[in-house]
Amino acid sequence: MNLTDLQRAIAIFAGVAGGAGLAAALADAASPIYLGFFLAGLLTLLRFRVAMSLWVDGALALAGAAILVVSLPGFEETAPLHVWLALVAVWMFSWLFIEELSFSITGGRLPERPLGLVIPLVFGLMLVFVWEVVTRGAQIPQVLLPPPSTIWMRILDSVPILFADFIQTFVKAVLSGYAMGCGAGFVVAILVDRSPFLKRGLLPIGNFVSALPIIGIAPIMVMWFGFDWPSKAAVVVAVTFFPMLVNTVAGLNESGHIERDLMRTYAANYWQTLLRLRLPMAMPFIFNALKINSTLALIGAIVAEFFGTPIVGMGFRISTEVGKLNIDLVWAEIAVAAVSGSVFYAVIALIERAVTFWHPSIRTGRT
Amino acid sequence: MTAVVSASKLSLTFKTKDGPVEALSDVNLEIERGEFVSFIGPSGCGKTTFLRVLADLETPTAGIVSINGETPANARSDRAYGYVFQAPALLPWRNVADNIALPLEIMGYTKAEQQKRVKRTLDLVNLTGFEKKFPYQLSGGMQQRASIARALAFDADILLMDEPFGALDEIVRDHLNEQLLKLWEDTRKTICFVTHSIPEAVYLSTKIVVMSPRPGRVTDIIESPLPKQRPLEIRDTPEFLKIAHRVREGLRAGHSYEEDA
Amino acid sequence: MSAADISAPRGAAGMRAFLAGLWRGSALPVIIVVLAILSFWYVMAVQMNAPWQVKLNERAGETVSAFAFIEQTWNQTKPVLPTPHQIVAEIWEATIATDFSSRRSLAYHAWVTLSATLLGFVFGTALGVGLAIIIIHNDASNRSLMPWIIASQTVPILAIAPMVVVGLGAVGVTGMVPKALISMYLSFFPVVVGMVKGLRSPEALQLDLMHTYYARPGQVFTLLRWPSAVPYLFASMRVGIAISLIGAVVGELSNAAGGGLGVRLLTGSYNGQTIQIWAALLLAAALAAVLVYLVELSERLVNTMMGVRP
Repeated sequence: MNLTDLQRAIAIFAGVAGGAGLAAALADAASPIYLGFFLAGLLTLLRFRVAMSLWVDGALALAGAAILVVSLPGFEETAPLHVWLALVAVWMFSWLFIEELSFSITGGRLPERPLGLVIPLVFGLMLVFVWEVVTRGAQIPQVLLPPPSTIWMRILDSVPILFADFIQTFVKAVLSGYAMGCGAGFVVAILVDRSPFLKRGLLPIGNFVSALPIIGIAPIMVMWFGFDWPSKAAVVVAVTFFPMLVNTVAGLNESGHIERDLMRTYAANYWQTLLRLRLPMAMPFIFNALKINSTLALIGAIVAEFFGTPIVGMGFRISTEVGKLNIDLVWAEIAVAAVSGSVFYAVIALIERAVTFWHPSIRTGRT
Repeated sequence: MTAVVSASKLSLTFKTKDGPVEALSDVNLEIERGEFVSFIGPSGCGKTTFLRVLADLETPTAGIVSINGETPANARSDRAYGYVFQAPALLPWRNVADNIALPLEIMGYTKAEQQKRVKRTLDLVNLTGFEKKFPYQLSGGMQQRASIARALAFDADILLMDEPFGALDEIVRDHLNEQLLKLWEDTRKTICFVTHSIPEAVYLSTKIVVMSPRPGRVTDIIESPLPKQRPLEIRDTPEFLKIAHRVREGLRAGHSYEEDA
Repeated sequence: MSAADISAPRGAAGMRAFLAGLWRGSALPVIIVVLAILSFWYVMAVQMNAPWQVKLNERAGETVSAFAFIEQTWNQTKPVLPTPHQIVAEIWEATIATDFSSRRSLAYHAWVTLSATLLGFVFGTALGVGLAIIIIHNDASNRSLMPWIIASQTVPILAIAPMVVVGLGAVGVTGMVPKALISMYLSFFPVVVGMVKGLRSPEALQLDLMHTYYARPGQVFTLLRWPSAVPYLFASMRVGIAISLIGAVVGELSNAAGGGLGVRLLTGSYNGQTIQIWAALLLAAALAAVLVYLVELSERLVNTMMGVRP
């Protein structure tokens, strides 16, 4: 297999890291398993003489990662040199593996499915792995960045707390506020649509307001609606209303002249045209707003909780635990927020797929 | 005379989701210097693919093709041909003069030389006075003329044109055909011209290559006996109609073959 | 007819044409809607501030006319809903009438927020553009990075703001840098996504054209890809600058000592100073509007230079 310039450079770097690691491991009197890994790494330089499969690089990266993870708990202080060289070698071999894999997939020599999924997966795992090794190997203070394993243990330990926060913030504040805000935006858009005058008046304002830091109204909402979830839901309503309004109005204007003329020739009335033509045409826009709003709603609720809550909620937990320097619990809370945010988004995206299957952006038959 | 373009046993198979498609099958062709060759056939007959192979935009799966005695890749690096696409493909953020100067910039001509050539080629396609206009300010026919000027700007001997007037209306197309013939006479270039219009092919060409689909192959090569001087009225003469008839027969033969198969 | 005649229509007919133009355009509708919102605001202020005012007046043993009562509700010191004129007066007090170097100056706090916003925005945009360039040129980074970049847009990234500020504060990094980091992080995502789209926006035909010219990859980039991506860059920058500001404001919530509009929101909320909250909020909104406007202005400037259809 021919190597590209980039692949050649990474391959040389990986082999050299193997050689340097071998020397360092000998000097550090490291365990023989490290010696074996580095020797294998050094031997990959033979690829410039003998053809070598990309799976060799993948296997080496995996083996190195396993060795490092197994030997990690042993470090009491900053890790010795050969550990860092092993980390560099693992990074290089996985990079080379990804590079060769994507090259083969694009060249049509390997199937896109399921191997295309391997690449982002390997990259994501590598990031977590490097994070783990660096935080533990360099003894980085927990306050700055706890290792992923600590965060994971914390999640397992704090399930009841995390679950209560999730219910308070996501189920009570986000979902109710989201439904009200999106619903209100939609209804107002339909009402405004009947009056071109109002539409011209409200649209620029709606567009303008969409770009403003509406989240700042959080302290006011807390004063008006109290500490519990209704004030957070109010913030969510405020941040979700305008994107929905603007997008729905834009979507209702999406149907072309020909289609509208067609409806005219049928003598269709306003509501028939709305239901059969304009609303379906507006669906991609409405779903766009729903997707934008799913992220905005969660952010709105969490930030609103920074301004005062009963003693439960994701934002509350984040701001108080940060104050107590319990950074691992904060990370655990953020992980929960990230997962709920992505799942929320994914659910809406799935519904979108089902509703607007006809839209070019959904039809993935592009060659 | 020397062959400018020569293809022998040229084949190209595309891999698609629905299995392999034979876009070109065993194509043999010689094109002499100064010829105006039209490629005609229904869609899917490989006429555009053949042009793209000449331009090194596709790689053949079998056979040999040479341009000026070189491989297409070398011909491309020598800038041996200018290519005119189905759509004008003008860069919308450049005015007409800058669009024509684009290949000159890429090929490293001096500013003064660029200006000189832009002026000359604009004159060739009758667009003088439109230098500062942006593409969206031009009609479709003018845009396509600008794109022809762009292909002429660097003085390649060969002009590859892929249905350049396909999207234009009949009246504009007639006018541009007339201008193209005059331009061909003035510049003495070798032109390969893909079209799906029989009158256009017969009116323009010294040689008409009739192609048929599935697999894409050459079914007939017609040397046109028409004189070099061709007013538009020539299309009503018996000679013209005779050639057109033969082209139509060739196309029909290709079709019946398909139905038999 | 000279240009002056067109621009200044005279007489009744001219006036009617002018009004019709206003009616058809969006200026008049916008003004009317704004006026409607303002009137509604004043009505709501009476409604929401009335209970407290009634209590105050009872305590003082006063009875006032309805007209005077309305005026009282519009001018409380800690109203539930301050009126627009109170907010404007507060902004005036705290910006123009207060020395800039003072910690009470709202202009000073706005500057603190603005500087972090701009610093983060500039670095976020640069980083986004750089990464987009790598992604479109290297298939492996496209495949490994893009899914994560798109996925992280669905995540409430802003939630990490307090942690970034406190975490960096614990190791001695304070002031503008942590906030700018949050802004950078937030503005970076829309720019990468937009620029990857933009740099890939040239049509196959245009790329084929460059191929027939035997253009080098660098030439394809500067002559075709980059100019094609400019509209996408500005669209992402409009989003980026707005969320940069939000990032800076939220970052300020976790460091009350640092100053900034976020701190004004926070202290106002602790002390029940509603007018102060609204003033900070409106100033933040105005800041966002000006920043977005500046991005749009530069977009129009670049567009004219590039000859884009007006």
